[in-house]
Amino acid sequence: MLNLLKSKAWLTAVLLLLGLILLPFVVEASLGKSWLRILDFALLYIMLALGLNIVVGYAGLLDLGYVAFYAVGAYCWALLASPHFGLNLPFWVILPAGAAIAALFGVLLGTPTLRLRGDYLAIVTLGFGEIIRIFLNNLNAPVNITNGPQGITLIEPMNLFGFSLGKKQEILGLTLSSPHLYYYLFLVFVALVVFVCMRLENSRIGRAWVAIREDEMAAAAAGINTRNIKLLAFAMGATFGGLSGGLFASFQGFVSPESFNLMESIMILSMIVLGGMGNIYGVILGALLVTVIPEALRYTGELQRALFGEVFIDPADLRMLLFGIALVLMMLLRPAGLLPSKQRRQELAEDAG
Amino acid sequence: MDIFAQQMVNGLVLGSVYALVALGYTLVYGILELINFAHGETTMMGSMIAITVIGALFGVAPDLPGIVIVFTGLLAAIPACMLLGYSIERVAYRPLRHAPRLAPLITAIGISIVLQNVAMLIWGKQYIAFPTTLLPQGRHEILGASITDVQIAILFLTVTIMVALVTLVNRTRLGRAMRATAQAPAVAQLMGVNVNRVISATFVIGAGLAAIAGVMVSANYGQAHYYMGFLLGLKAFSAAVLGGIGNLTGAMLGGMLLGVLEALGAGYIGDLTGGFLGSHYQDIFAFLVLILVLTLKPSGLLGSKSVERA
Repeated sequence: MLNLLKSKAWLTAVLLLLGLILLPFVVEASLGKSWLRILDFALLYIMLALGLNIVVGYAGLLDLGYVAFYAVGAYCWALLASPHFGLNLPFWVILPAGAAIAALFGVLLGTPTLRLRGDYLAIVTLGFGEIIRIFLNNLNAPVNITNGPQGITLIEPMNLFGFSLGKKQEILGLTLSSPHLYYYLFLVFVALVVFVCMRLENSRIGRAWVAIREDEMAAAAAGINTRNIKLLAFAMGATFGGLSGGLFASFQGFVSPESFNLMESIMILSMIVLGGMGNIYGVILGALLVTVIPEALRYTGELQRALFGEVFIDPADLRMLLFGIALVLMMLLRPAGLLPSKQRRQELAEDAG
Repeated sequence: MDIFAQQMVNGLVLGSVYALVALGYTLVYGILELINFAHGETTMMGSMIAITVIGALFGVAPDLPGIVIVFTGLLAAIPACMLLGYSIERVAYRPLRHAPRLAPLITAIGISIVLQNVAMLIWGKQYIAFPTTLLPQGRHEILGASITDVQIAILFLTVTIMVALVTLVNRTRLGRAMRATAQAPAVAQLMGVNVNRVISATFVIGAGLAAIAGVMVSANYGQAHYYMGFLLGLKAFSAAVLGGIGNLTGAMLGGMLLGVLEALGAGYIGDLTGGFLGSHYQDIFAFLVLILVLTLKPSGLLGSKSVERA
């Protein structure tokens, strides 16, 4: 601790913290209010991507149904804090409940798939995600649980110590809008998730995950209980997914099955792949890029008008096309991602040598 | 009208389409151990192209017999999709043949997103109608079920294609090369097989079958949509897994079984669950089958044991 105080790391940390606290003000002033919301979503996606990174990046279990856990967390929040069932439970109950139920679903998905790896696992998890979505879409009759495709509206915003994040608040003479307040809340959770991930990475469990990723048989031979360690990976990933889901529901005030389709899972997966699997910084970078770049592409409409005098292709339609092309190019040119983890880099160097 | 017989007919027709698409998955998987995620989108492209050609031809020569116009559309879609299949393999899979398994999976997803969005930009976001009026409109009663001429044609065409494909794989030089490549690519190469050409041929054949399936499904339902390939592809993949991936007969059996299961499931799920779950849960069966088969018997009904390593 004393060393840390003396070193430059301390200064960097303070500057980083200060920058992160000031960031929403800068963003709002320079880019406008809509970008503040995008920033909030970027934080949510960082949490999601770090959660998926545990499953895919560390343990090497390719999960294409990750969004199901996000959905479970979000619907859990939506059902327990909205007029839909007339329930209004406090934050301290709902958020852990959502995360716990999501973890349960993680184990539920993990148990039957323990023998599978690679493509097969990807397909099964994808099927699992679709099943959850089909249920969310249809569980409105005869008993209305999820309100079907319309989704659940009027979800209550987060309420901390009698202090609502849903409306403007005066703090220290500053007026902070709701996206502002959520930004700080999400930041705290992201910091928490990053901390947990960092501690996990070098723990016994983290090493066991990497071991089964590299060679499951050897790991089992070395005395690792591969079943429990895999289930733990699914459960941990799902917990983070459920947590982000709950935060998402309260921030958005509205959930519907549409937010939890396969494309969302693929987006989160590509964040990890783009950034650099298994590397926390890489994953954060990937999540930021994948959230921000498509938004920035909205400006291509203006660019088209400037170049050709009219908008040929709706920028909203162009986004996914470019995203698809980017996925292919990325794999062809830089399969290890922008910031590959140290371990991966070593492996690649060995392969080359 | 007997519900059971009717759902059997519907299921077999649906199953024919699944089987044709499943053959494409199984052919590629048998050789490369790769799930060609973009295969469903190839099917979609097939029906879109066919509908466009049919519309154009009808505009130019409305006096031609309807069946000729539809057939021309089909014949145009097949080579177009073959070219597409060939290009996909060259661009997205061949450069990554020795990369970690995650890489081709991601490029496959990328390609399927690209194809969906290209289709959306060309044909728009709405459903586009297949001119079913050009097709024979006959209906027949068999054992209390009604079956249309189009459905009979689909069943007949599927069986013909399957017989032809099995003959191709088991009796021709190309078929032998394909089987050799699937067994051991390196050894096949040493024996003088041009492995790259065989893999390209596999993709081309699969894409051709996908084009036919795409035209069938849009002729049967009277419409096509840029997103239709996704779910169709997933279900066909489930069918291939059910039958035992890598196994041709398995893909056909799996496709037919899944089609029948889905149709019967949709017909009876309401009664079975006392009205709690309705026929809009139809899409769930393919995924349930997929999960059950992969967890209980990963090699599928007719597959070999070796697949378990996947």
